[in-house]
This record gives sequence, C-alpha cells and structure tokens, in this order.
Amino acid sequence: MSEKTLDRRTLMISAGLSTMAGISAAASGKSAGWVERLLKRRFVELSDERREEILADLEESCRKKYGRDDITVSDTGALDGVEFAYGLDLSRCVGCRRCVYSCVHENNQSRDPQIQWIRVLEMKKDHGIDFAESNVYYDPDEVPEPDSFYVPVACQQCRKPACTKVCPVKATWQEPDGIVVIDSDWCLGCRCCMSACPYGARHFNWTEPSIAAEEINPDTHIFGNRLRPKGVVEKCTFCIHRTRKGRYPACVEICPVGARKFGNLLDEAGEMRYLMREKRVFVLKRELNTRPRFYYFYAT
Amino acid sequence: MERPTGSDLVNSDQEKLLPGSSSLAILLIVFLSISMLILFSIVRGGVGHVAEDDGGRQAFGPTEVSGVEFDGELLPGIEEATTGPDEGGFLVPPPPWSESGYFPCTECHADLDLNPEPRVLEEMHDDIELNHGPSDRWCLDCHNPDDRDVLRLINGRLITFDESYLLCGQCHGTIFRDWRQGIHGRRQGYWNGGKSYLLCAHCHDPHAPAFHTIAPLPPPVRPQFLALADQEEDQEADHE
Repeated sequence: MSEKTLDRRTLMISAGLSTMAGISAAASGKSAGWVERLLKRRFVELSDERREEILADLEESCRKKYGRDDITVSDTGALDGVEFAYGLDLSRCVGCRRCVYSCVHENNQSRDPQIQWIRVLEMKKDHGIDFAESNVYYDPDEVPEPDSFYVPVACQQCRKPACTKVCPVKATWQEPDGIVVIDSDWCLGCRCCMSACPYGARHFNWTEPSIAAEEINPDTHIFGNRLRPKGVVEKCTFCIHRTRKGRYPACVEICPVGARKFGNLLDEAGEMRYLMREKRVFVLKRELNTRPRFYYFYAT
Repeated sequence: MERPTGSDLVNSDQEKLLPGSSSLAILLIVFLSISMLILFSIVRGGVGHVAEDDGGRQAFGPTEVSGVEFDGELLPGIEEATTGPDEGGFLVPPPPWSESGYFPCTECHADLDLNPEPRVLEEMHDDIELNHGPSDRWCLDCHNPDDRDVLRLINGRLITFDESYLLCGQCHGTIFRDWRQGIHGRRQGYWNGGKSYLLCAHCHDPHAPAFHTIAPLPPPVRPQFLALADQEEDQEADHE
C-alpha cells in the first residue's frame, strides 16, 4: 500500500517538475508571452529593466486595443518627504457632482456599466451625518436644497487600511506617500477588499470596461488610471498620475465652490497643515480606527 | 364533584400536547407571512420599485453632461511660477468685467458729474442688483469717486481691481485669511509649485454675493439599471 502511494507521489512530482521545466524553458524563449505573464513576479519586486519592459508591453497593448498611439503608462514613484492628505469643506459643498464626472473623465472609468469612484451622499441637516439615511440618487433641479448637506465619499487613503490587509495575493498596498494602490495585473477579482472597505470606495469591473477611444485620458499610471481589464477592482488614487508630478487631483480643480483641498501633510507651511491646525476636522467612521488621510471640515 | 382519576389526567395531557386545528392554522399563517416577507424583499430591489421620475435609471458619462469644461487650461505662466513663504506668489486671472467692455470706467465717468445720492439707476448699470450687507450701502462705499478705475479702502488707500480682495478682507477677515492660505476658494495648478487663485469677485458677485443654486449633474445609475454581463456577451457575439 505504502509502496503504491510512494509511486503515485513520485509520478505526480516528476510530472509537475517536468511541466514547470517546460514552462520555464518556454518563458526563457521570447515567444511565449502568456507564460511570461503567468510566471512574472509582482511588479514592485522587479528590476528597473523588467519594469520598463512591462510598461512598454502594457502601453503597446493599450494602444493596439483602442487604436490610439498617444497612450502612455508610467510608474512614477512616490516623492521623498511627501505624505498626501485631502480636505473637504462640508460647509461649502453644494452636491453638484462636478467632481464625480471630472474623476470619470480623468481616470478612465468604465462608462457603461457605469463606475464612479466618488459618491456624493445627500444627508438631511436635522439628522446629521447618518449613512443609513443618506441618498446618492438625489436629482432636484437645483442644488443645494435648503434642508440638505452633501458628503462626497471616495477612497479615504487610510493609514490602517482594512482592504490591503485582507487581500490574499498582496495586489493592493499602501505606497510611501500614503496612496493605497492596486496592481490590476495581480488582482484576482476576489473582492475581499470591497467587503473590507467601510467606505464603499472600491469598485469592480463586472464586465470589460467600456470607454470610447476618443474619451480616453492618455496620461496613465500603472497603479492608477491605466485602462483596466475585466474582473479587477479599482479605486481612487488621489489622481496618482497627476499628484506625483505636482498637480492637484482633477476633483480639486473642478470643484466650483472650492470645497476640495489637497496637499502634503509633512509640509509645515502647506495648506493641509494650516487646515488641520485652524479648522475642526473629522474623519468618517473614526471608531473603526482606519485613520483616514481624508479630512472633512466645516470652515465657517 | 368527583375528582378525575389518574388515567383521565394522562389522557387529557396527551391531547393538549398534540397541536389542535387552531394551532395548525396559526402555524400556517406564520409560514405564509414569512414567505410573503421574503418574496416582497426580493421584489423590492427590482426595477419596478423605482418610480418613473426618480433619478438613476440611465448611466451618463462625462461627454453627455453639458456646461462643464473638464479639460480646463491652466493660466499661462503657471509652470514657472513658484509659491512659498513670500506672499503674493500666485497667479490670478484678470478680474471679472475687465474684458467685457465696461473697463476702463473713466472712459464714461471722467465726463460725468459726481452724484453721491443713492438712487435707482436707470440709464446705465441697471442690471446691478445691490444686495450686500446693510441696505444703505452705495456704490461709492467701495468705488473711488474721483477715479472710477480704482477702488478705495476705508483708510483711503486706492487699489486696483486686481487687488480687490483687500477691499473684501476689510470686513471678511477670517475668510480673507483662509483664502490666502488656500483653504477658501478654488485653486488650480501645482500643490508643490505655481498655482492660480481666483479673486473673491470671480465666484461672488460683489454687488449681491450670496451663492446661487446650480443644476447638479445626473445621479449614478442604480444597480438595477446597470448594463448586464449578458448584454456584453451579446455585443461580443455581434462582433463575431
């Protein structure tokens, strides 16, 4: 009996080894691209040359797929001495949803089925902040309505993110500048992170994302607004392709009432530090100890 | 009265332990109402639950909304501009009305006699609605009577329209402080470099500064109305 088991095991091991050997042999050759992808290591662990190759490969496939040769994919890293933080003035926000559509425009979200990273919650002034009573489908002729206030919610870029902790394959993590990113090539689509996130900030591509070629923002980042495949999770990255080059996120610039603030938390003279010193800031769901970098405030 | 014998007691207890017809009916009612509840909760989330005029039935994209410029250009020169501890290191677009044909004001006002009396304006500027603070406010509280191309602070200092924030800051001190720090108002450009501010008057009409309500962009599509995977498969089949 034991002899038989041993035989069987040996057979399985040798079969497995020979398959592996075959695959790696194929991978060392130039032809088998899919095997290469299958065996590749996580992007962040790769050498610079290998990263360049993967970016070029991704660029090429995006250009081919959408027929646009101006699409670029970068992997701009975090700046030294920078920790991003965001401020949102609830006393100014009128709930006009300009930020929502500006975000879709900037970050290449799927148009239909629709994915929007920012959700604007309408809340009643006499209830205060109450998620259960909030409404994202409000559609009056004019905003703001006198009895309502509006709480836009996107990724809170937590210091202790629950979403990265539950990922079984480390496809999502926190960058040195505080941005929580996803590697779409590594994401399995298990959606554990979506159920872990207490802010509903993560969204899933149930189908192949649909976006017209002429609507694509060609300036993309591999962990941000790159064109995503079907079956991966995506989320706000503080416009990583803009902010790592010094620009404000798209939602900050579009806001018609200037309710959105952004800056470097480590810059003593910066606007975020002034905001946190002078205003009464708060975070959403503080009791969960996620410690968001997204601060809401009332600047009266 | 005769006491019941032991065997009678046993018999009657056994009868009570078995469910009678009334308790069966109650069980049936409970069962039915639970199944109805489950059924309703399934139906509730369906398409029919959303009223016809409620938002969220259609998925809109950025190209389908009008009146918003998503690809706004930055002010020229912003790349070279730097900001830092030294004040004023920011760009400001030209003040409103400066390019509308009104400016320079002296083109007309140089030849007009000064009439400081508050009155209803009829021939010119009749589109100005004055609704800012006390009701006895008048043009010459802020506009310089002797040279209309400049504004006048309370202390008599004359300022150009580019610096109109100094005038607003006379009363709105805390807001002025926030604006200079970048906490009040809209900024564009670089969080670590050159940026543009807007003047108070770009957003607030100085004559009637209260914000007006605006039309919101369309709500997100409800999950019931999301495009479905089978539709996508149909499209793929069509392509082939």
